Amino acid sequence: MEETLDLVLVGVLLLNFLMLGTSRLKAAIHFAGMQGVLLGAALFIAHGHASGRVFFLSIATVALKGIAIPSILLRATRNISIRREIEPFVGFTASLVLGALATGLSLVFSRSLPLLDEHAAVLVVPASFATLLTGFLVLTTRRKAITQVVGYLTLENGIFVFGLTLVEAIPFLVEIGVLLDLFVAVFVMGIIMDHIHREFSSLSTEHLTSLRE
Amino acid sequence: MALWLVIVPLGFAVVAFATPGARVRPWLLPAAGATQLGVVALELVGRGDGVGAPWLGLDPIGRLVTGYLAVLFFLCAAYAPGYLALRADRPNRIFCSVMLVFFAMMNLIASVQHLGLMWVAVEATTLASGPLLYFNRNPRSIEATWKYLLIGSVGIALALLGTFFVAYSALRAGIATSMLLSDMLASAPQLSRPWLHSGFVLALVGYGTKMGLAPMHTWKPDAYGEAPGLVGALLAGGLTSCAFVAILRFFQICVAAGESEFARTLLLFLGLFSMAVAGAFMVRQGDYKRMLAYSSVEHMGILVLGIAIGGAGTFGALLHLINNGLSKGVLFLSAGNIHRAYGSKRTDDVSGALSVLPASASLFLAGFFAITGTPPFGPFVSEFTILTAMMHAERYAVAAAFLGLLVVVFVGMGSTVLAVVQGEPSERSEATPYRDGFLGVAPIAVLLALVLGLGLWIPAPLLALLRDAAAALEIAR
Repeated sequence: MEETLDLVLVGVLLLNFLMLGTSRLKAAIHFAGMQGVLLGAALFIAHGHASGRVFFLSIATVALKGIAIPSILLRATRNISIRREIEPFVGFTASLVLGALATGLSLVFSRSLPLLDEHAAVLVVPASFATLLTGFLVLTTRRKAITQVVGYLTLENGIFVFGLTLVEAIPFLVEIGVLLDLFVAVFVMGIIMDHIHREFSSLSTEHLTSLRE
Repeated sequence: MALWLVIVPLGFAVVAFATPGARVRPWLLPAAGATQLGVVALELVGRGDGVGAPWLGLDPIGRLVTGYLAVLFFLCAAYAPGYLALRADRPNRIFCSVMLVFFAMMNLIASVQHLGLMWVAVEATTLASGPLLYFNRNPRSIEATWKYLLIGSVGIALALLGTFFVAYSALRAGIATSMLLSDMLASAPQLSRPWLHSGFVLALVGYGTKMGLAPMHTWKPDAYGEAPGLVGALLAGGLTSCAFVAILRFFQICVAAGESEFARTLLLFLGLFSMAVAGAFMVRQGDYKRMLAYSSVEHMGILVLGIAIGGAGTFGALLHLINNGLSKGVLFLSAGNIHRAYGSKRTDDVSGALSVLPASASLFLAGFFAITGTPPFGPFVSEFTILTAMMHAERYAVAAAFLGLLVVVFVGMGSTVLAVVQGEPSERSEATPYRDGFLGVAPIAVLLALVLGLGLWIPAPLLALLRDAAAALEIAR
């Protein structure tokens, strides 16, 4: 079970790098969606036993994080002509280097944490921190509203991975609540993005600078 | 049962969504507010029947805050039909139903006893308030809503991580954790310290973003500046208080774990820093709605400062939660009226409001005196209580900084407020035909009467609620 879980988490880490390296908006959304599918699988494996509850939660994770949320974002790209993230605040190569640094630091840092033995043996905690940092990086260095939402999704994915250590403690209602909140958040952001685009004929957040002291 | 406090507003939200008439619909808001007042009164008189336990239940803090929220919401809702009638050009179906969902979620935050579910409710308030901020549908409100949603969601994502860390602190200590507040408090002494500390920091940053503590306050001036006054009043009076409750839950766990010094140090720093940032931006502030946002940052600082000092300061902070919220209601609603009449919120355009809108401008001026801690209004009592607690704890440097910042804010806010209300009416006063009306003024007057009343006399039942809530925060169980 531990090897399978680690394999899935390595996939999550690889997707982090793919996301940092791409300039295409659609590709970034697809990578975040694939991460969502892997998280559904990871949740199933982390529980260690199959039950109706676990099965439902994994399916819900895949359906929301892997399919529904990416399709909202893809719909938003369809309406606009821009396909690429142009001139991010930090270039793609530099982002990859920073991402590698963040992943390395997460691995080293996790060793010094007081973890339970069963969690120290797997990649859960370092993968969680690395994904979280990747999300922050995307969120803060990209200009397009869509890419910023992808960054937020990745950050949330990182927190979800940490939640794998607590599968026994988090009640069903809360897991579903967190997933639904995320879905509604992206849905509302999608509506606002639509209005940003209509108002400014662009999805670049550079236009959103009229409010200041 | 506590569940009714959430179900009643949600039910009204469904009814509001199904109601076809845009002229009738706004009246559902005060109807919901009045019903909620009745439900809360029954809830506070009764002993609680344990339905929904252990997830939902009214502990002393929950009783205090749900009671306060019902009063604030009822008065804001009473203002809503008059406001929405003036905005008949805008569809209000989404606005009315989302406002009720928002209110339901605030009640859920105050009454929920599970840290995970509390997070779900806080995030739900963010999403529900997005459409409220966006009511004006202009480029500036798009920008404010986008920043609010993104900063708010990322902030509370960190609070979720903090919640997980605190849960892990129990797991690490070998306790089967349930994330229920009562369980966490009972097992607090055994919790793994590194996880508890980092969890508290993350929760403080996350929910502090929602509360608008500096330096996580950057969304606040934009959001409050662009939101309708009605929404500003509910955000600055209601939502920030609920985020404060969320922080108090984590503080309770720290106290029970014997780590209150660690938590108090952080709160002290954030409190003073928020007051200082607010003071700096309120001097020469040319936008009176943004000024109110910075005033909110300042008072959030005062709240956490009171908790940081402890003792009588805890009582003072809880009393200040109510005083600040009701005063913010007065200020945001009256500022909204002035904004409506002049069509501008810049002090360059607006002057002489006292002669154009005698009632609204007088209330705005009185609200300014109240919020800056002038006797005999309520905030004077709560701020004085916190100051006394500082002296009692021999924190003289903190007390000096607290007083100094209060003076800076008084002067800074005073110059902006006086510029608005005094002088000859500017040309902009002719911009719209809007003038004072009964529906737009009466709820504000009642709010101000409550603020004044709390400064003169605290009724015995409220005093008991405040004492119980303060005791829950002071004594490790």
